[in-house]
Amino acid sequence: MAGFREATGDLRIENVTKEFGDFTAVDDLTLSVPRGSFFALLGPSGCGKTTTLRMVAGLEQPTRGRILIGDTDLTGSRPYERPVNTVFQSYALFPHLTVRDNVAFGPKRRGHKDATRMADEALELVQLPHLAARKPAQLSGGQQQRVAVARALVNRPEVLLLDEPLGALDLKLRRQMQVELKRIQTEVGLTFIHVTHDQEEAMTMADTVAVMNHGRIEQMGPPAQMYDLPKTAFVANFVGQSNLGHGRITGRDGDFFVADVHGSTVKIPAARSAVDSGDILFGVRPEKVHLARDSHDVIDRTRKVALGDDMKATVVDVSFIGVATQYLVQVASGATWSVYEQNLDVDPIDLKPGDPVWIEWDPAHAFAVAAEGAEIPAGPVLGDRVSMTRDTVS
Amino acid sequence: MSALAHIGAGQGAPAGPDTAKRGSWMPYLLLLPGMLWLIVFFVVPLVQLFTVSLQSKFPGYPGYYYRDLNFKNYWSALTEFAPHFGRSLLFAGLATFFAFCLAYPLAYAMAFKAGRWRGLMMICIIAPFFTSFILRTIAWRQILADEGPVAKTLNFLHVLPGGHITETWMAVVAGLTYNFLPFMVLPIYASLERADPRIIEAGGDLYANGFTTFRTVTLPMSMPGVLAGTLLTFIPAAGDYVNAELLGSDRSTKMVGNVIESQFFKVPGGYPTAAALSFTLMALILALVFVYVRKFGTEELL
Repeated sequence: MAGFREATGDLRIENVTKEFGDFTAVDDLTLSVPRGSFFALLGPSGCGKTTTLRMVAGLEQPTRGRILIGDTDLTGSRPYERPVNTVFQSYALFPHLTVRDNVAFGPKRRGHKDATRMADEALELVQLPHLAARKPAQLSGGQQQRVAVARALVNRPEVLLLDEPLGALDLKLRRQMQVELKRIQTEVGLTFIHVTHDQEEAMTMADTVAVMNHGRIEQMGPPAQMYDLPKTAFVANFVGQSNLGHGRITGRDGDFFVADVHGSTVKIPAARSAVDSGDILFGVRPEKVHLARDSHDVIDRTRKVALGDDMKATVVDVSFIGVATQYLVQVASGATWSVYEQNLDVDPIDLKPGDPVWIEWDPAHAFAVAAEGAEIPAGPVLGDRVSMTRDTVS
Repeated sequence: MSALAHIGAGQGAPAGPDTAKRGSWMPYLLLLPGMLWLIVFFVVPLVQLFTVSLQSKFPGYPGYYYRDLNFKNYWSALTEFAPHFGRSLLFAGLATFFAFCLAYPLAYAMAFKAGRWRGLMMICIIAPFFTSFILRTIAWRQILADEGPVAKTLNFLHVLPGGHITETWMAVVAGLTYNFLPFMVLPIYASLERADPRIIEAGGDLYANGFTTFRTVTLPMSMPGVLAGTLLTFIPAAGDYVNAELLGSDRSTKMVGNVIESQFFKVPGGYPTAAALSFTLMALILALVFVYVRKFGTEELL
């Protein structure tokens, strides 16, 4: 292979910018992905995650910046020169070739004499050896997806890129493939970069998640850490749900900041606040919040101690999910907060829309992010359902 | 027939017995006008032509025939006009080849590179159809004339054997290539345009350089279009007589079409020969196409 560049090591993206005309798809991105890790790029559509992936693959060239694997600079090289393979969102299997020939395509181009045997082994890995003689059109979506994975994996690339590979599958198959991909990644030990807009997918599969927005990385870290402590309002809402409220830091009490949110005084651990003075967005996750009939009287009877901070609210909607019940409550500012109560008791808590309640949480779970430029979505979820309920109440 | 069965089943299955009954004859009723058209304007004339091709001349009465099974017509037509058959297939083959060479890059550019110019390019390809086929072919006489720019340039460079383009096979092939080019471009464009560009990117991603990707991915994927285009060019080109008539010479470039035309309209008593030639040409093309499609075809066509 003329021009093929061997390279091993971490993938490094250094100050990469990609502009399409006036539009900046990726804005001065710097990122390092350790060799052998499962890395997820998470973000809404148009955030630049797929462009980033395509630049790593060589299908787009950065306007500025460098892309390296180990110490080998790959910027400017062609896709076929890079030790990188892609699993495309549409799978992009060659329709005129059999499954086996599809998978053997890469090894053949690299001049491997035993390309067919390699292809069969790769098909073994994705558990499809029995379909080797079929054409892609004769396979189901899930099977095509596995063939696409096998076709990329068979080359043992230094970095495997997955561009929303599960997007076209139904929910059950998606869950199954998530587990499968994770198994394969552990088995082959390659660097996987997985692009997705599904935060649950990113969290279940990846060692490290980077949340992208407007061509920049908002926050990066292990999934659990990112969920527990979002650093920006965008991350707080994109990774799981958050109840957010505008507030202002009024003072300090030991390890806690004291803030005023909708007229209630709340505490935030100093280590969990992205800002240390002035306007903030106060946040707490729905499952960390509990409902009480009266102040400091937690309905969740399994807890013996009062939780700490509380706020007055009105129940807007109650929906039974099974393992939990989701309450939508309206807080003093008019914003709708969401509360998950696990269904631990035999007797359900009898709350109806319109009932006044207190919502309570342990201040240790609270967090704060910068208020500047942040938007709070109208309702965390079930937006239209809330308005429906309101209509029926009034 | 399988399509028919499918329509019948699709309509009949979920509905009651009444609609099921109607569903069974409905497709046939819808097919009736088309079938009638084909019988009246295709099958009957074909049979008629075949009987003409076997007629014998009435001795002593030129221009009169009687019904016969005179297979000698075929033999004499084939031996006498073998060079014309050869030229027809050769010219049509060359025109198909050149049309392919011109059409593929054009279709490729339209499908992947043209962007907002795509519509304009499409119009440029189709627009010539709005003027007469004959007029456009006559125009080529000017283009290729001895005093025209093409012949002058080639003569200046001393690369034109004989000094002429018109009245040679080159002019005929050029005319054929030009006239049937759109029939090559459009099917190839359609098959390329339908292809997912990601599939071509996947070729590059899997270590194939530009040329290898084209050879192993793009071209095979567009084969249905190439196949349709070559057939749509070759078949009418092999039977064409206008280009040879208007651009060729009286002797060395005549094709089967010209012979059939003159046998039908100019040579007294030429009807059986013309009919035999027509039938032979048809059989020859059918056989060639069958072999060709068998070799290069995809499931979509056979």
